[in-house]
Amino acid sequence: MGKPKVAFYWCASCGGCEEAVVDLAEDILTVVDAVDIVFWPVAMDFKKKDVQAMDDGAIAVSFINGAVRTDEQVEMVELLRKKSGLVVAFGACAHIGGIPGLANFSNSKEILNTLYRDLDTVDNKEGVIPQTRTKVKSGEVTLPRFHNTVKTLDQVIDVDYYLPGCAPPPDLIMGAINAILKGELPPKGSVLAPEKSLCDSCRLNKTKPEKLTMKEIKRPHEIKIDPDLCFLAQGLICLGPATRSGCGERCINANMPCRGCFGPVGNVVDHGAKILSSIASILGMENEEAVTEEEVDILLDGIVDPGGLFYMYSLPSSLLKRKKSD
Amino acid sequence: MRIGVYVCHCGGNISEVVDINKVVEAAKLEGDVVLVKDNSHLCSNDGQTLMLNDIKEYKLDKVVVSACSPQFQGLTFMRVMETAGLNPYVLEMANIREQCSWAHYNFPKEATDKAIDLTKIAISKVRLDTPLDSKKMPIGKRVLVVGAGIAGIQASLDLGDAGFKVYLVEKEPSIGGHMAQLSKTFPTEDCSACILSPKMSDVPANKNIELMTYSQVESITGYLGNYEVTVNKRPTYVDPVKCTACGDCVPVCPIDVPDEYNEGLSLRKAIYITSDIAVPHSYVLDTDHCLGLFPLACSKCRDACEADAINYDLYPEKVKFTVDTIIIATGFDIFDAKKKPMFGFGKFENVYNALEMERIIGCEAEGKKLAEVGKKIALIQCVGSRDEQINREYCSRVCCMYATKLAQLMKRSDPKKDISIFYTDMRTYGKGFEEYYKRAQKSGVKYIRGRVAEIEENPDTKKLKLKVEDTLSRSFIESEFDTVVLSVGLEPNKGTETIRDILRISKSSDGFLQEAHPKFRPVDTLIEGVFLAGTVQGPKDIPDAVAQASAAAARAIRLMNQGEYEAEPITAWVDEDICAGCGICVGICPYDAITSEEQSDGTRLAVVNEILCKGCGSCSGACPTGASQQKWFDITQLRAMLEAAL
Repeated sequence: MGKPKVAFYWCASCGGCEEAVVDLAEDILTVVDAVDIVFWPVAMDFKKKDVQAMDDGAIAVSFINGAVRTDEQVEMVELLRKKSGLVVAFGACAHIGGIPGLANFSNSKEILNTLYRDLDTVDNKEGVIPQTRTKVKSGEVTLPRFHNTVKTLDQVIDVDYYLPGCAPPPDLIMGAINAILKGELPPKGSVLAPEKSLCDSCRLNKTKPEKLTMKEIKRPHEIKIDPDLCFLAQGLICLGPATRSGCGERCINANMPCRGCFGPVGNVVDHGAKILSSIASILGMENEEAVTEEEVDILLDGIVDPGGLFYMYSLPSSLLKRKKSD
Repeated sequence: MRIGVYVCHCGGNISEVVDINKVVEAAKLEGDVVLVKDNSHLCSNDGQTLMLNDIKEYKLDKVVVSACSPQFQGLTFMRVMETAGLNPYVLEMANIREQCSWAHYNFPKEATDKAIDLTKIAISKVRLDTPLDSKKMPIGKRVLVVGAGIAGIQASLDLGDAGFKVYLVEKEPSIGGHMAQLSKTFPTEDCSACILSPKMSDVPANKNIELMTYSQVESITGYLGNYEVTVNKRPTYVDPVKCTACGDCVPVCPIDVPDEYNEGLSLRKAIYITSDIAVPHSYVLDTDHCLGLFPLACSKCRDACEADAINYDLYPEKVKFTVDTIIIATGFDIFDAKKKPMFGFGKFENVYNALEMERIIGCEAEGKKLAEVGKKIALIQCVGSRDEQINREYCSRVCCMYATKLAQLMKRSDPKKDISIFYTDMRTYGKGFEEYYKRAQKSGVKYIRGRVAEIEENPDTKKLKLKVEDTLSRSFIESEFDTVVLSVGLEPNKGTETIRDILRISKSSDGFLQEAHPKFRPVDTLIEGVFLAGTVQGPKDIPDAVAQASAAAARAIRLMNQGEYEAEPITAWVDEDICAGCGICVGICPYDAITSEEQSDGTRLAVVNEILCKGCGSCSGACPTGASQQKWFDITQLRAMLEAAL
C-alpha cells in the first residue's frame, strides 16, 4: 500500500497558511516522508485535471485554507471534497471566514467600484469593471464570478475537521497530521485545538482583579500598555476570554490584545456576540445604576468600529453573516 | 417522549379572545405531542384531577400548560406533576393570558397566533427539560430585624413570642421610630406614645430578643440559613445598668443641639435621653456634638454623675452573629419640604411640616406651644407626593388622614381656630377613615380642593398669604393665614439605601424596596429569607405596617420552622471542560455566588455556590465561552425556543 495522498489548496486567503506549512521547518521532512503530496498549487506543478483524473476518495486528506468567494473556489473545493476522504478547513478564513470575511460588511458591487474606479491611484478612464466574459480579438476570455458574500468552507462543502488560527501554529498542524496518520481523530466536526479559551493558558490571567470591570475603553495606541497586566484590566478590549486557546499567546506576548483568530469555544454560535455580551456586562459596571444615558454613549464611543473589532475574524460564520443585502 | 399539552380557557379570560381550538390543533401537529386537551379552569380541582389522571393513563412524561403566568399558577401545576410522580421541572407553561388575551384584547387573530407560537415555544423547551432536584438545606431559628420602629418591634415581638431568637438592630439610641413622635393616631385618636410605649418595653423584657440600639448593620454575607451579620455598635458612654436616669448630667453639659425627637423645635444637650418613653431608658453621650473625648475636653457630665455610670473610655464595637432569616424594617423619612421652595419652608417662620406640628401638639411642655400658632391655619396636602415635577408620582397614603387628625386636634384645643385643608383628592380608603373625615367636616374643618401655587410672607406681621385656585368652585382664592402646615409625603431613607446596597435588594421606581410579588408575596423579597416590614416597602399607616410586620414574621417562621428548606434548583452551573477561569462572571454576579478558584495546575475555574445563586442568568449572559449555563434555561433550550419562535 502506498503512502496516504495529501492535497493543499487555497481560496480567499493571504498566503500565510501556506507559509505556516513551510514554517514546519525540518518537520516538513517527516511529513513528506509519511505522505505523498498530490496537489499544492502554491508549491508544486499539478493541475486541476490531475485531480479530476483521480478516483473519488483517492486523496486521504485535503487541507483547504481561505474563505470561499468565487465560482472557481467553489468548483475547486467541491472537486477536492469528492476526491478526498477527509477535508480539513485550514486556518481562520476557511474555519470562520477570517479577515476576507470582513468584506461581508460590503458587497461585490461596492468592492469592485472602489477597487477599479474610486481609489485615487486608479487610472481607469472608461471605468472598466472585471466581467465574467469578455470578447477579445482571439476569442472570449473568462473570469470566475466574484460573489457578493464571503463564505466559510463548511458553508460550501462538508468539512471534517478544523485547524484554527491566522495562521495555524506549527505544533497544531503537526498534531493534526500525526493524529490523521495514526487514525487517532476526535469526533467529526472537531476543532483540532484545546477546548478552553485563551485566559486558561494566558500568563496574564492571574493579574486580573477579583472583580473585573472596565471604566472606559482604550485602544492599544492610546496608552502605554503594561505587558504584565491583563489587557481588560487596562481598558483594552481583548477577545481572549471568548477565543479558543492553542495559539501560544503570540499576540499577548507581543503586547497586543487577542483579536479572536482561533474563533469561539464550546458550542458558542456567534463569537462576536458572545464577547460583546461579556464586555457589555463589565463595562461601566461600577456604580452602574448612577450612570446616565449620555455617559453610556460616551463609554460606547470608546469602541471604534465595533463590527470590525468583535467580528474581525468571524463575521461569515456569525449569526449576522453579512450586511443586509439590497 | 410523550408530551401532553393543556390549553386553558381561564373561564373566558383567555377563550374570549384567543381561539382555543386553533391552539389545540396547532399543538397536535408538534412532534412528541401525544395528547392535547382544553379545559375551562385547569387550575380548579377538576382540572388538576384531569391532568393527574391523563399523566397516568397516557403515560405522559412531559407536560405543557398553556394558561396564565407561571408566577401565578406555576406552583399549582408543579404540585400536580409531583403528585403524578413526575419531576416538577419537566413542566412548561405558556402564558397565553397575560401575554396574549389580556395584552392583545382587541386583536383576537394576532392574540391567537401569539398563543400558538408561545405554545410551540413551550413544547420546544419541554423536550429539552431534564428533571431537577431541589437540595435540602438545614435552617435554624435566628432572625435579624433591621430597624426598631413599630414594624420592627412588632415583627420582633411576634418572632420572640414564637420562640425564635431575634437580633433587633436600631441606629437611634431608642427604639420606637417615627410613631414615638406622633401626637395621636388616626382615625381613633389614640395617644400614640400611650399605645406604643408598652410594646417598646416588651422588647427588652422578651428573653428571645437581643436589642442593639445605637447600632448599624455594617455587612451581611451568606445565604438563607446562614447569613453572617456584622453590626457596628456605637458606645453610649453611659452604663444603662448603673444609670438611674436622674438627669443630673444634663444641666451641666455646655452644648446645645436641636432636638431630633422634637424635630428641632427645642434644644437638647450633647448628653441626653431621646424622650420620656425611650427604650432603653438610659442617657446617651452624643460624640458628634460633645466637646470631645479624645482628648477629653470637658468631663462635666462624668463629674456630675453620682451613680458613676459615665465612662469615656469606650470604643465602637463590631458585633458578629449568624442568622437564618432577615426582616428589613428601616422605615421612611419625611419629604424635605425645602425642595418645594414656593412654600417657603425653612424660610418663613410660620411654615411647618406636619411632623413638627405633631410635636407642637404632642409636646406642650417644650418648644413651640399650640396656643402660639394663631387662629387661622392652613394645611397643604401632597407636598412631595403625587408631584411629577419632583419625580414623586406616588401617593403617600397617610397625609389625607393625618392632616384631618391634626385639624381635629387643633380644633379641639380651640374650637375658634379656623382651619383649611387644601387637597388634591381626599383619600379615605381605610377602616373608619371616611367617617373620621365626615366628622372633621362637621366640626368645621374646611376642605378646599386646589393645589396651592405659592405662599408669600408679610415681612412685618409674618402672616402668610396663600394663592390657590379652588377647583370645585372655580374661584381664585387669596387668603392670609397665621400658620401653614405642609403635609409632607413619605420617602425612602438613607438606612434603607444602605441595607439595600448590603443585601442587593431591588427597589421599585418610587425608591422603596421591591416585594417579590405585589399580590402573592407582598412581604417577601427576591432574596430568599429576606422579608420587608412596614414603610420600607412603601408608604403605609400604622395598622398596615403592623399587619405587614406580623406577616413578615409569619413568612420567616414558615421557612425556619421545619428545620430544613428546599433550595431553588434553577441555578447556574459551570462546564469545567470549557471554563477558562477568565473571571468575568465573578464580578458581575449580583449575589457574590461565584468565586474564581485556582486549580492545582495553576489555571483558574469559576465555582458557583448553588445556595447563593438565585438563577438570575447574568453570568450565563456574560460568560464569553458558554461555560456558564443556567439549569432549565441552557443555551440549547434557548436556541430551540428561538427556532420555534421564528
